Amino acid sequence: MERVESDGDVLGALALIARGAVHGGAACGCDPGVVRVLADREDGAVVRHGGIVAKAHAPGTEDAPHAVRVALAGDPALAGVLLPPVPGPRTERVAGRPVTVWPYGPPVDPGDPDAAPWEEAARLLALLHRTPPPPGPLPAMRAPVKAALAVGRMLRAVPDHPATATVLAAWRTVTEELGEDGTGGTRAYLCHGDFHLGQLVRDFHGAWRLIDVDDAGLGDPAWDLARPAAWFAAGLLPAEVWARFLGAYDAAGGPATEPDPWARLDLPARALTVQTAALALAKSTAEGRGLDEVEGVMIDTCARIPTARTVPGSAASS
Amino acid sequence: MQCPKCHAAMHTYNRNGVQIEQCSGCRGIFLDYGELEALTRLESQWQAPPAPPAPPAGYPAQPAPAAPAWGAPHGGHHGGHYRQRGFGRMLFSS
Repeated sequence: MERVESDGDVLGALALIARGAVHGGAACGCDPGVVRVLADREDGAVVRHGGIVAKAHAPGTEDAPHAVRVALAGDPALAGVLLPPVPGPRTERVAGRPVTVWPYGPPVDPGDPDAAPWEEAARLLALLHRTPPPPGPLPAMRAPVKAALAVGRMLRAVPDHPATATVLAAWRTVTEELGEDGTGGTRAYLCHGDFHLGQLVRDFHGAWRLIDVDDAGLGDPAWDLARPAAWFAAGLLPAEVWARFLGAYDAAGGPATEPDPWARLDLPARALTVQTAALALAKSTAEGRGLDEVEGVMIDTCARIPTARTVPGSAASS
Repeated sequence: MQCPKCHAAMHTYNRNGVQIEQCSGCRGIFLDYGELEALTRLESQWQAPPAPPAPPAGYPAQPAPAAPAWGAPHGGHHGGHYRQRGFGRMLFSS
């Protein structure tokens, strides 16, 4: 509990909301090990208390799309895909930021990538993409916006770094194709918008579910596969793991990769390569350190993008 | 409803018609009579057929999956990064 109380208003307020959701005004007998901060980032702060977590969403989160996204997580049609919120209206705000409350679920063990549920993740994404969007207005998924925001952050943080020009040149190949609306297409499937291995938790009886609907909405489902695709293209994710992920997605009837996987994936995978490289430059500079080896690999990948364009239908099967 | 074990509040989740009470403190589950069976039936709908078993070690490797033109040069893959801390962080962050 010490960390919660000493780490500022947002975390302290979240801790109180979480505690109240569990105990009301009654005494807390929870093991201190299950009362702790799970995330403290600009785009989301999360505090666990026993069996639940309270999340403060990003500053500037718009109310209407936020409400639609939280409702999506609770939609019975997606009960086998997304973790539902704790039922009941949430009206609390912390420092102007909306707060939501969710059941706690154990995440993927970051220390054991071999045990990561790649097939299950792919199957959940395929199920999400195959679910007909519910009626009523839905926001666009935010994956392309997040790539653009990452480039903006890099330009502000490290305008003169030698690698900035490299990342920017790769980004131009993306913006040329994204078109005026910045979404790069007219596909309108339900998408997660920010898939990575931190977006999976086990539900109450051990089944994997996707969490974090902050970037979810309608769009081209290829963007949900773009981060693993970028890791594979960079040579970081072993080909065997990528093949398992893509195979499980196709076996579950996912629509993102038809008819030619790289014809669909090339643009979003370039965008996620740029996003990862841009954030690596901004973060490493903010932390006063050089790029680590894998961050360097992402910059090197950016360097190849402007000169080695993939011709649709001819992705190399090496 | 209060958890009979730790007395924290229980929240009701509806999973396709099955009501599940989960304790917000200890994460325990309370099910009415027959709900465990209903839940098991429900879950089987979400399960895909099991993935084909991985080829046994020693067999010829599967053909490499397609890669984009700008991908890492053939033979230059850094598969060894998979277990490194840096890539571990990358796998789990936005």
